[in-house]
Amino acid sequence: MSTTQTPAPSTSAIVTGTGTGTGIRGEGRAPRRPFRKYFRETGWRHLVGIVATVFALFPLLYVISASLNPGGTLLTANSLFGNFDIGSYVELFQNPSQPYGAWFMNTLVIGATTSVMTVLLGALAAYSFSRMRFAGRRFTLTALLVVQMFPQMLAMVAIFLIMVTISDIFPAIGLNTQIGLIMVYLGGALGANTYLMYGFFNTVPASIDEAAKIDGAGHARIFFTIILRLVAPILAVVGLLSFIGTSSEFILASVILVDPEKQTLAVGLYRFVSDEFSKNWSVFAAGAVLAAILPVALFLALQKYIVGGLTAGSVK
Amino acid sequence: MTLTQDPEHAAPEQATRGQRRATRIAEAAGGGWGLVLLKIVLLGLILAFAVFAALVLIRTDQWVPAILVVAVALLAVWVYTGRGRLPAKYLMPGLVFLFVFQVFAALYTGYVAFTNYGTGHNADKDSAVNALMLSAQERVPDSAAYELTIVDQLGELSFLVTDPDGDVQLGGEERPLEDVSDAEMKNGKAVGLSGYTTLKFGDIVAQQAKIADMSVPISSDPNDGVLRTPDGSSAYAYTSKLVYDEAAGTMTDTRSGAVYSDIGTGAFTADDGTELKPGWQITVGFDNFTRAFTEESIRDPFLQVLVWTFVFAILSVLTCFALGLFLAIVFNDPRMKSKKYYRVLMILPYAFPGFLSALVWAGMMNQEFGFLNVVLFGGADIPWLTNEWLAKFSIILVNLWLGFPYMFLICTGALQSIPEDVQEAAKVDGASAWQVFRAIKLPLLLVAVAPLLISSFAFNFNNFSLIYMLTGGGPRDITAGVNVGATDILITMVYKVAFVGSTSDYGLASAFSIIIFILVATISVIAFRRTKALEDLN
Repeated sequence: MSTTQTPAPSTSAIVTGTGTGTGIRGEGRAPRRPFRKYFRETGWRHLVGIVATVFALFPLLYVISASLNPGGTLLTANSLFGNFDIGSYVELFQNPSQPYGAWFMNTLVIGATTSVMTVLLGALAAYSFSRMRFAGRRFTLTALLVVQMFPQMLAMVAIFLIMVTISDIFPAIGLNTQIGLIMVYLGGALGANTYLMYGFFNTVPASIDEAAKIDGAGHARIFFTIILRLVAPILAVVGLLSFIGTSSEFILASVILVDPEKQTLAVGLYRFVSDEFSKNWSVFAAGAVLAAILPVALFLALQKYIVGGLTAGSVK
Repeated sequence: MTLTQDPEHAAPEQATRGQRRATRIAEAAGGGWGLVLLKIVLLGLILAFAVFAALVLIRTDQWVPAILVVAVALLAVWVYTGRGRLPAKYLMPGLVFLFVFQVFAALYTGYVAFTNYGTGHNADKDSAVNALMLSAQERVPDSAAYELTIVDQLGELSFLVTDPDGDVQLGGEERPLEDVSDAEMKNGKAVGLSGYTTLKFGDIVAQQAKIADMSVPISSDPNDGVLRTPDGSSAYAYTSKLVYDEAAGTMTDTRSGAVYSDIGTGAFTADDGTELKPGWQITVGFDNFTRAFTEESIRDPFLQVLVWTFVFAILSVLTCFALGLFLAIVFNDPRMKSKKYYRVLMILPYAFPGFLSALVWAGMMNQEFGFLNVVLFGGADIPWLTNEWLAKFSIILVNLWLGFPYMFLICTGALQSIPEDVQEAAKVDGASAWQVFRAIKLPLLLVAVAPLLISSFAFNFNNFSLIYMLTGGGPRDITAGVNVGATDILITMVYKVAFVGSTSDYGLASAFSIIIFILVATISVIAFRRTKALEDLN
């Protein structure tokens, strides 16, 4: 990786380098040796970068290595990359008491449905806030923020009891159903998402709507065929954040989904690890690697937008 | 696409102004017939579902929810059929979910916090009476056996019994026995009934557990007892050793003669204070809150958890922000190459699902077999997660790993938005790099990132998965009356009180939820006010 491009300074340089780290200026304006100057200005930065990268990466390398250690326990997982065998990945799908395949699919289905619906519901709301002026608009916007102060996580007991009541009457959407869980997640679809989208919708000039309106397009057509396309980046960010959020959500999923076959990766893998902690470590590691691939890939693919979104939020 | 086509089509036909206006209005009215049809179908489905749901709800006597369901469906029809009401059309779908699963859930949390809901108090008084009578059932000594045939109608099992006098009766779970006249008889025993299927021996074996659990009331008076069957072919009368006197509101134990009365605590209580469980749900006012702050076995762990929650949240924000800012400053140098690659690599912990990271770290920090002890510390025996203080340190360390990339990203963004000329001017005036940072960069940066620091604090205040997955709140404090450990924060405590272990106390858990909400809300409001003031200064 990029670490190969960095020079390898001597150890004595590390000490002096990090010691006087913040000073770019200094009395050495005419350095005797170019390397010293280089190190003082940018070299030490690479050193910090390498240390930080090692800190950031080593748990990830560790889990990948552990997953390639078939039949491994916690102890055998310690020899980093001593082994290359995909046995654990195969075993992952063969244990009926630990239906990893089902967990994976459940997570995908619940995450994808929730994120698509969240984007849709949020975009609908953001569009109306951004483009329409109606009585109670300010109030609704503020109310959304206030409601968010009581996150669903805090209401876990109430949500559990509501779902119990629902399943007495409509078992198909109550406790232990994925539709029920998705509905619960959609309860949080507005709120922060609407704000994020609302800001972005405002950056699309209203004159585009006006032009389309004059050309005879109805509001629904303007929304679905024009606006949604123009705000695609923010839709992607909200969808991704919602997907990552729901697919690693634990509390509500563990409270609502009871059967092992119906659980998500977060609930299933947690139970798996806490049941037999160090015995099947490599199988767990394989499960973790597979579970992480999709979110990490999505994150890296969309990181430009996400970073943009974060910093846009920070300026606000 | 169609937008540009429309005028083109209109032009060659040389439509009159009136025609053009008519087309425009027709277009504006909707997106063509397809959409209108779709709308009708969808609204029809919503209405149909609402009517169905209302009927089901009415059957179980739930009038208020039934009315609400119909009202919401009618509102949807009203919103989506009329002209105007445009904002409502766009807001309604999201708001419906928001009201049910967030607003109502929040209000319901408030309600539950004022009840004694939980294990032993989970239903109304009638159900509690029934459950008590059932649990105290004993076979009536020397009572006659009833000949029994088990019959099934649409999956619902019933007892078809012939009593010693030869009378035939039918009854089921919560359906008292009723006389039947047209039963099919064989050797003086009723063996079938029209409209019902008689269960064969194999079916009885298959549903053994369910049948053994059935208890059929002999009459509508619970004191008369019930019929139960051990084998599926004969039934015996069971009566409860408890006698319920509805007028006096007391339960009497016929064996010991003890009288339990309803003294308003949600359970039948004897004079010496013993309670019959299950009890029922009552509102207890501020009891749960006063328990949290006064009952010693709850207060001490609660206060300890409260303090640790604050320490954890504050330290998390500070450490992550410090490291993130440091790295951002280090990398925010135009001369430095390959910043891009570092950034991607450092984002990875942030992209890796949080619950997985915590589990992986829990493995690495295992005292006997973990990577840290065995490899990095050469076989040391450091109790990373089992010593109270080291566990706290480990949590902060892992959270630093999880959280510094986020701070790094936002600090990088904020640093780049700080104008270069101010720094240049300061340098020309002879300020050192540290002075420039301290007096110019940091204040400007703080204005930009302060709101994010506050939300980061709020997030960490409720950082459930890190704590629960890494230490499970442990190491456990055995002396505490509540199931809490040294690293539990408030939210994991709520979860444990409500869902982990053999007893659940929903009332107390909800009270803790309310307390968390009040704390976070207060801090956030104050902090936001102060950052507003900060913004005005600059």
